[in-house]
Amino acid sequence: MIEIENVRKSFGSLEILKGVSLNVEKGEVVSVIGGSGSGKSTLLMCINGLEPIQGGRIVVDGVDVHDRRTDINKLRQKIGIVFQQWNAFPHLTVLENVTLAPRKVLGIGRREAEEVAVRHLAHVGLGDKLGVFPSKLSGGQQQRMAIARALAMSPDYMLFDEVTSALDPQLVGEVLATLRMLSEEGMTMIIVTHEIRFARDVSDRVAFFREGVIHEIGPPEQVIGNPQRPETVEFLNSVL
Amino acid sequence: MLDYTFHWRPALRALPEMLSGALVTLEIAVLSMILGTIAGVLLALARQSGNRLLSGFATGWIELARNTPALLQVYMAYFGLGSIGIFLDSYLSVLLGIAFNNAGYLAETFRGAMRAIPHTQVRAARSLGMGSAKAFRLIVLPQMFRIAFYPMTNQMVWAILMTSIGVIVGLDTDLTGVTQELNVRTFRTFEYFAIAAVLYYLIAKLVTVSARLMAWRLFRY
Repeated sequence: MIEIENVRKSFGSLEILKGVSLNVEKGEVVSVIGGSGSGKSTLLMCINGLEPIQGGRIVVDGVDVHDRRTDINKLRQKIGIVFQQWNAFPHLTVLENVTLAPRKVLGIGRREAEEVAVRHLAHVGLGDKLGVFPSKLSGGQQQRMAIARALAMSPDYMLFDEVTSALDPQLVGEVLATLRMLSEEGMTMIIVTHEIRFARDVSDRVAFFREGVIHEIGPPEQVIGNPQRPETVEFLNSVL
Repeated sequence: MLDYTFHWRPALRALPEMLSGALVTLEIAVLSMILGTIAGVLLALARQSGNRLLSGFATGWIELARNTPALLQVYMAYFGLGSIGIFLDSYLSVLLGIAFNNAGYLAETFRGAMRAIPHTQVRAARSLGMGSAKAFRLIVLPQMFRIAFYPMTNQMVWAILMTSIGVIVGLDTDLTGVTQELNVRTFRTFEYFAIAAVLYYLIAKLVTVSARLMAWRLFRY
């Protein structure tokens, strides 16, 4: 379970998160929507400790992410994250991209790591690209590789940071299909997205971010289908 | 005007001797590159470390190496260190002097190469549970060496040519040292140094060509 309690986060004098609270249960899919600069992506970076916070706390399975005594590298093994800019490692093949962390972080043997990697890569539709370098892949393929790379660590939670925003429109569908598949398999996910229809279809709950706080949260039928707050209505009208 | 007669035959007879000198030249250059690369990576890291003592030390090294003649650097290794009681033989002085010079130039090459790697690469590595040292070794270093590869090749050629400085601290086993010895013995200056020049040229070419082959094999992406 991910518990986010009254989290505050600033970059210099600019406060991005102004007291965000959110609990995500095992198996739940929560989508986060909202305008640019509302703090959605920043929240994800805080959840796996890539960004420090200035107030509140984030607890994952009982472990405080920002506690100095926390072994953050260990904690990150159970929180997979996929970025907007997929960040493929260009000097490694698709297969090596996916086996690197299991081998070097978890200490799994090469053969076993490769078996797992091949399974995940086949799962996201890249079973025929094992020996290829990322530069030869399309954006959508690189993004799916990044998903397989995160999954190969067998995480308990997956965070998705606007994973389709940097893709050409015709490539968005293949990545969303991969996310949909994961949600059907019961993966716990927090998905920051601009794909409102997709959020409505896959989410158990949708959170609308505005000015550094969660402005409205609830099941998609409510937040997207029948929003209660005027700002939510306004945002949805502007993007749909 | 010519009262100098060329005598190539005796000069060519000394070729085996000169070739073994060329081997020593290549050996010093290779070792100085290995030392220079290791020190260069550490200096580049030290310079960016944020620790004032470390970055000051690195900056001092880099500035000295790049802005004083290599000849003086070798001199300092031989006579300078000698005057404070550290006596290095000519071979070691040349090796360390050139390694010092290489490290200074390579540190800046590496620093630039590291900056060319997007910070998000490290972020992605850290998000997979790698510590910062592991992320550096597995993600930054390999990409850095690719970017720095051709500048490193240039530095290697430069290192080969720099070894000729060794003659001033009495190095007599490298190509220039051997040639100088032959010259003093026979006064066939032109012939011996012409052969030496051809050999330097061939070693330098050999290095560039093998670097190109290595790059082709190493960097498949």
